[in-house]
Amino acid sequence: MKETLFGVLAGIVVLLALASLVGAVLEHRATKPESIATVRNLNARTRSWWVMVLVVGGAILAGHTATVVLFAILSFMALREFWTLTPSRRGDHYALFLSFFVVLPYHYYLLAIEWYGMFIIFIPVYAFLLLPAVATLMGDTNEFLARSAKVQWGLMLTVFAISHAPALLMLDTGVPSALLIVYLIIVVQLSDVFQYVWGKLIGKHRFSPNISPNKTIEGLVGGGLSAILVGTMLHRMTPFSPLQAAAVSTVIVVAGFFGGFVLSAIKRDLKAKDWGYIIEGHGGVLDRVDSLTFAAPLFFHVTRYWFTS
Amino acid sequence: MNVATAKTEAAVFFRRFLIALVRIAVGARSEWLGCTPKPTRRIYFANHGSHVDTVAVMAALPWQVRRRTHPVAARDYWGKTKVHRFIAETIVRAVLIDRKPEPGTNPLEPVERLLERGQSILIFPEGTRAEGDEVAEFRSGIFRLAQRFPDIELVPVYLDNLRRILPKGSMLPVPITCTARFGAPLRLQPGEEKAAFLGRARAAVLALDVTRPVPAAPVDNSQAVRP
Repeated sequence: MKETLFGVLAGIVVLLALASLVGAVLEHRATKPESIATVRNLNARTRSWWVMVLVVGGAILAGHTATVVLFAILSFMALREFWTLTPSRRGDHYALFLSFFVVLPYHYYLLAIEWYGMFIIFIPVYAFLLLPAVATLMGDTNEFLARSAKVQWGLMLTVFAISHAPALLMLDTGVPSALLIVYLIIVVQLSDVFQYVWGKLIGKHRFSPNISPNKTIEGLVGGGLSAILVGTMLHRMTPFSPLQAAAVSTVIVVAGFFGGFVLSAIKRDLKAKDWGYIIEGHGGVLDRVDSLTFAAPLFFHVTRYWFTS
Repeated sequence: MNVATAKTEAAVFFRRFLIALVRIAVGARSEWLGCTPKPTRRIYFANHGSHVDTVAVMAALPWQVRRRTHPVAARDYWGKTKVHRFIAETIVRAVLIDRKPEPGTNPLEPVERLLERGQSILIFPEGTRAEGDEVAEFRSGIFRLAQRFPDIELVPVYLDNLRRILPKGSMLPVPITCTARFGAPLRLQPGEEKAAFLGRARAAVLALDVTRPVPAAPVDNSQAVRP
């Protein structure tokens, strides 16, 4: 398994080196102010990709515990970004405290000890009932329904959904689960990258100016198909046949697209451009994992239902 | 190593630790909207939402500015025990003042001495941590300092989210990111009345709250920059 993983990571490093090289040439040749700005942003994104690949690749190579801890930290940072932009009232204070310091760690603990039955219902059932109950103790009924919904959405998106990527470690599919995580991340992130590249190259027709002004139909189709192609070619990492890999990649790409789209809609609702600032050129953690929030649970359940023994 | 250096070393260590902790816990990001971070003599004045905010502003300042900026803290709270005093005076380099001074004494005297020595200060003109979501009316201390030092820049600071991180009466923090926004400096205008100046100073802090709708009443926002 180590050889396959090293091979894939080496491939990514070569691609990134190529991207850095192309970026350097483009920066050298750019003359117009707006193209200089675009190329600078592109190169900032590439630099951040180096860091992200090192961090995620390093954690996955280091083993199961490191992977679970890394995703727990990512969830924590994403939840913090969610609540930095989402308004809350004094009456939500204890529900928020519990979200960050009890629900999130316990959910990832359940993942680490591989108690699937509890892992899958803890946030949708127990946190769903517990947190509004705690909030009532503060006696503030102002917008109570909306506030409870926000607390639950924050946990579902940033903790429950994202944790389905490391949850692949629980599955016994005949191939090492770490490879499935890498496969999911490659397809979902390449889909974003390809959509960006195709959109910049030939994008004309805006898909939805209200929600994501940069998304174009050409970018979506070209990027989606490119990512599905790569996902099909990488089928040896997975228990899927080439045809199955194409179908699963399609699920990942479509879900990932709507993940990014829904998270963008929330951002617009909150009048923000980015979720955060921690990843140069990309915005926040939630800007980078937005597609993963939708793609991870679907990929997990498709794999669990059809491909586990 | 003698006792004094040991104490200084400990203070330096705790200060770095505290600032690192606050940076991890609440982000303590800074946005310089109306001025640049310069190590000149200034009076920073900010809204007050929680115990974290003194350290949050300090963590948001670059170290060249931080090392010569002293937060003003209440003696009745921060002078209570030796531990409180050590945290306030030695670690945070705060200057303690009496909120209820004896008649005839000048509670701002230690602050004025620092300013005379060319140091900067950070004050919270609301006087106490506010209860609700509002920024309370400003007390007159900042006006007296502006009168006494008419050439010093008064820089408004708005601390975002701090009330949500650690509301008054709660010991449990929520790790929301805090941003310190620094606005355009003000000065006392010739002949400006106390109430008018305090209102203008408060409006300058409020204008840095990007989530607040622009007030309909004609408030003087000319000195503050809205992003």
